[in-house]
Amino acid sequence: MAQVTPLAVRPTPAAASGFSHVSWAWAGVLPFFVFALMFLILPTGLLVVGGFQDAQGHFTLRNLLDLFTPTILSSYLISIKVSAASAIGGAFIGFFLAYAAIAGGLPPWVRSTLMTFSGVASNFAGVPLAFAFLATLGRTGLATALLIKIFRFNIYSAGFNLLSFAGLTLTYMYFQIPLMVLIMAPAIDGLKREWREASAILGARGWQYWRYIALPILWPPLLGAALLLFANAFGAVATAYALTGSSLNIVTLVLYAQIRGDVLHNQNLGYALALGMILITGLSNAAYIWLRGRSERWLR
Amino acid sequence: MKRSRLGPWLLMLFGVLYFFVPLLGTFEFSLRYLRGVYSLEAYRIVLADPRFGATVTYSTALALATIVVGVVLVVPTAYWIQLRLPGLRPVVEFITLLPLVIPAIVLVFGYLRIYNSSSLLPLTGSERTTDLLLIFSYVTLALPYMYRAVDTGLRAIDVRSLTEAAQSLGAGWPMILFRVIFPNVRVAVLSGAFLTFAIVIGEFTMASLLDRPAFGPYLQLMGANRAYEPSALAIISFGITWACMGLIQVFGRGAHGQVAGAH
Repeated sequence: MAQVTPLAVRPTPAAASGFSHVSWAWAGVLPFFVFALMFLILPTGLLVVGGFQDAQGHFTLRNLLDLFTPTILSSYLISIKVSAASAIGGAFIGFFLAYAAIAGGLPPWVRSTLMTFSGVASNFAGVPLAFAFLATLGRTGLATALLIKIFRFNIYSAGFNLLSFAGLTLTYMYFQIPLMVLIMAPAIDGLKREWREASAILGARGWQYWRYIALPILWPPLLGAALLLFANAFGAVATAYALTGSSLNIVTLVLYAQIRGDVLHNQNLGYALALGMILITGLSNAAYIWLRGRSERWLR
Repeated sequence: MKRSRLGPWLLMLFGVLYFFVPLLGTFEFSLRYLRGVYSLEAYRIVLADPRFGATVTYSTALALATIVVGVVLVVPTAYWIQLRLPGLRPVVEFITLLPLVIPAIVLVFGYLRIYNSSSLLPLTGSERTTDLLLIFSYVTLALPYMYRAVDTGLRAIDVRSLTEAAQSLGAGWPMILFRVIFPNVRVAVLSGAFLTFAIVIGEFTMASLLDRPAFGPYLQLMGANRAYEPSALAIISFGITWACMGLIQVFGRGAHGQVAGAH
């Protein structure tokens, strides 16, 4: 009997641990989900709900319709323009830079240097970046002064203004270009040398290689990266605020002013403004993730 | 197949100019404080400003707290997902990407709505609890980078064998996490930590809207009121970013490239 007892007892703790095994496994990720709920999902969810409510908490579509008033609509449009221009410009330049460094036949140190500098530049943003561009392309900035001195060309008399669409786009590209380099490097690495050589052996010219081989493989990551850059610029606040104060009416600055002092005179319109921003960055990120999934099967 | 290398070199030259001209411009501007001569006067004034020391100290403390909270939150989660709940990986990955989708200003707007002083959990009620809220905000901002860094680190080691070996030697869960898993993903955690530091130290939007005396709002205030000191501050911030990225390179030789911070 003495021998039977342990055998008889044994299944019980195993069953118990098997049962608690299930709840234990869930408990392990509980803190993460509580955190996500408290600091990501609930705050965003409440704003979304608030966008559909009036001040008394009744359901309404009034706030969403009010987004189409001229001032708010124009702030969205300027934001979209700046983000799109800096994303497209950053994507083009960034792609060619990355391609030149990786596949352009340059010595290997060029590539590692470019990647290091891109890591730094893509993180050099916000208020200090605005200062850097003011000191360089402002009215008394170094580049402005040098252009006058050497080429007798005053960019300000030619109509340039740093505190404008063009100025903000140029400033954003300082972090957009290196971000593009970092995102595209793996995709360009994935272009195999053999593909180019094989196409050359078969008699393809340079443009034919690009048209029929490289671009069909590269377009999903290219477009996806551009969309990511777009979302990245769209949500930016600090650079624009420090650069233009409130003279350029982009949507993040309107929302910033609203949070500070209810400039829209309707809290729920603020929520709708936020909802519109989430929709725009959400759509462009979703498209990025989808396109990245499409490109991954080639770039292994 | 011989191709001209002129084009690539010209592109590199363009990249070098785009990267360095603004820095040179800023540096030159920061030396102009005294009329007619180049001097480090602007730097002297900035460094002597008590608010500079106070805001940098505050932001550094906040960054360190963010790193600790972030690591404690992310490492066990990523470990547990890898070991026991691989089915949840897509869900967790999706959540960690959300801070890239939802702009920081929208998140903080949501926090002000949920955690205002008349709510169930009035985190903005006092300065200390607002600091806490700001730390959690920064953990959220850094989540995509921290999670990816740690997850990459965990994938590179054999989590299952390490865990089973530790268990068979009688280790409990805290022992396994802190004595086995943490040391093995140290490099990944460090690179996530430096990146977090670079993001937090000059962050403007959240600190400004939660009304805390951080370095980012101080930078903005100086920019609005002074001429030459902001350039000196920009050079100092650039130095900090450079140091963080340099440390990532030093510790994470050959590891994954990372992307982007808070703008």
